[in-house]
Amino acid sequence: MTRAALLVLADGRFPAGGYAHSGGMEAAVTSRDVYDAATLEAFCRGRLHTAGLTAAGLAAAAAAGHDPLALDEAADARTPMPALRQVARRLGRQMLRAARATWPSPGLDLLARVRPQGAHQPVVLGAAARSAGLTPLDAAQCAAYESVGGPATAAVRLLGLDPLEATALLARLTGELDEVARTAAAAAGRVPAEGVGALPAASAPLLDVIAERHAARTVRLFAS
Amino acid sequence: MHLDHPATPLSLPHRHTHSADALRPDGSRRALRVGLGGPVGSGKTATVAALCRTLRDRLSIAVVTNDIYTREDAEFLRREAVLPPERIAAVETGACPHTAIRDDISANLEAVEQLEEALHPLDLILVESGGDNLTATFSRGLVDTQVFVIDVASGDDIPRKGGPGITTADLLVINKTDLAPHVGADLGTMAADAEKQRGPLPVAFTSLATTDGIAPVADWLGECLASWRAGAAA
Repeated sequence: MTRAALLVLADGRFPAGGYAHSGGMEAAVTSRDVYDAATLEAFCRGRLHTAGLTAAGLAAAAAAGHDPLALDEAADARTPMPALRQVARRLGRQMLRAARATWPSPGLDLLARVRPQGAHQPVVLGAAARSAGLTPLDAAQCAAYESVGGPATAAVRLLGLDPLEATALLARLTGELDEVARTAAAAAGRVPAEGVGALPAASAPLLDVIAERHAARTVRLFAS
Repeated sequence: MHLDHPATPLSLPHRHTHSADALRPDGSRRALRVGLGGPVGSGKTATVAALCRTLRDRLSIAVVTNDIYTREDAEFLRREAVLPPERIAAVETGACPHTAIRDDISANLEAVEQLEEALHPLDLILVESGGDNLTATFSRGLVDTQVFVIDVASGDDIPRKGGPGITTADLLVINKTDLAPHVGADLGTMAADAEKQRGPLPVAFTSLATTDGIAPVADWLGECLASWRAGAAA
């Protein structure tokens, strides 16, 4: 158990397939909803407080050791769009492969056995954090950071934005990121008493809509 | 041999060994995995198509394509019907073709393993990278052997420039030799430079416009497969 494990897990270079996904950014750029640093910031803030918060809650609960199958169902219930479900499970599979190689544990093996087609990525992320000896808050922080880090990197590639500006934007969001992670971890702490219904279920209809649109496109840089 | 979870059927579809195990969980030898990389337009997809046409009657083959921003390569192979559609899988690379074949191979490993599961027994899986630059190489965790494809029309100084793709690939293919007189490329210079960069590693000159132009690559692959089957590292 080490704090530095959080750095390894949260590193964008962790080989779990994230580089091929833009978190809706490519679709938002295509629809001209994001075109500069200001609109990128608005997009990231929106994603953090919706999809990011929901993912952070699931990750925290998984890191706390709650039943991953119940959490996977809870993730399904919070992910109505088929395109996003498919992406979440594919990324979950890739995360599980990386996690089992980096922090092997019976818990991860079990998850691979009961969900051969992949569990939702935030659930696997939480299980990986647990396997690495990290806390539910760590897992929530990691999920929350991923929810904005991926789109910001994608925007740099898609729009030719100044990478320094994009990183400064992420730095400005860190206070809110901590807040979202704390909220998510607190909700995960209520799961034993209240069930998975205690977990955040925030959604962003526009992210849902553009995700389906993106999945139908034949010319694209990112898988989602 | 290295198995992460010996005798545990649970790990079958999710083996995450770092240089992929030569044996399938049932003890049979898995397909030889061959990477094909190289710059945009050098003829990677045409090479894959020609290999499939030449070898498909003798071998059970599958292909993974890594397109940059379309599904064009996979579509081309399907349209040309070089293999049945279920034998061709496409991986998306988020503007990072080299990441997908070297730094984070998870999506390609998934594709390779799914083909292997669905089409068992396979002899050969060709993994075609998205068009990239001279530094692009495949992870040894993804492929057993790799081919780097360049062409004479991009400049006969490319072998001299080197780069990991040119210097370390198990086979260097110099394609489109039929264009050499038209673009003023000196094949002798290219061969000499390639030898300087690569030492004893083989080089194949190809012209896919001619009948059986793929033969040098197909023959080399045949040898790789023979030694793979014999149990040695290909």
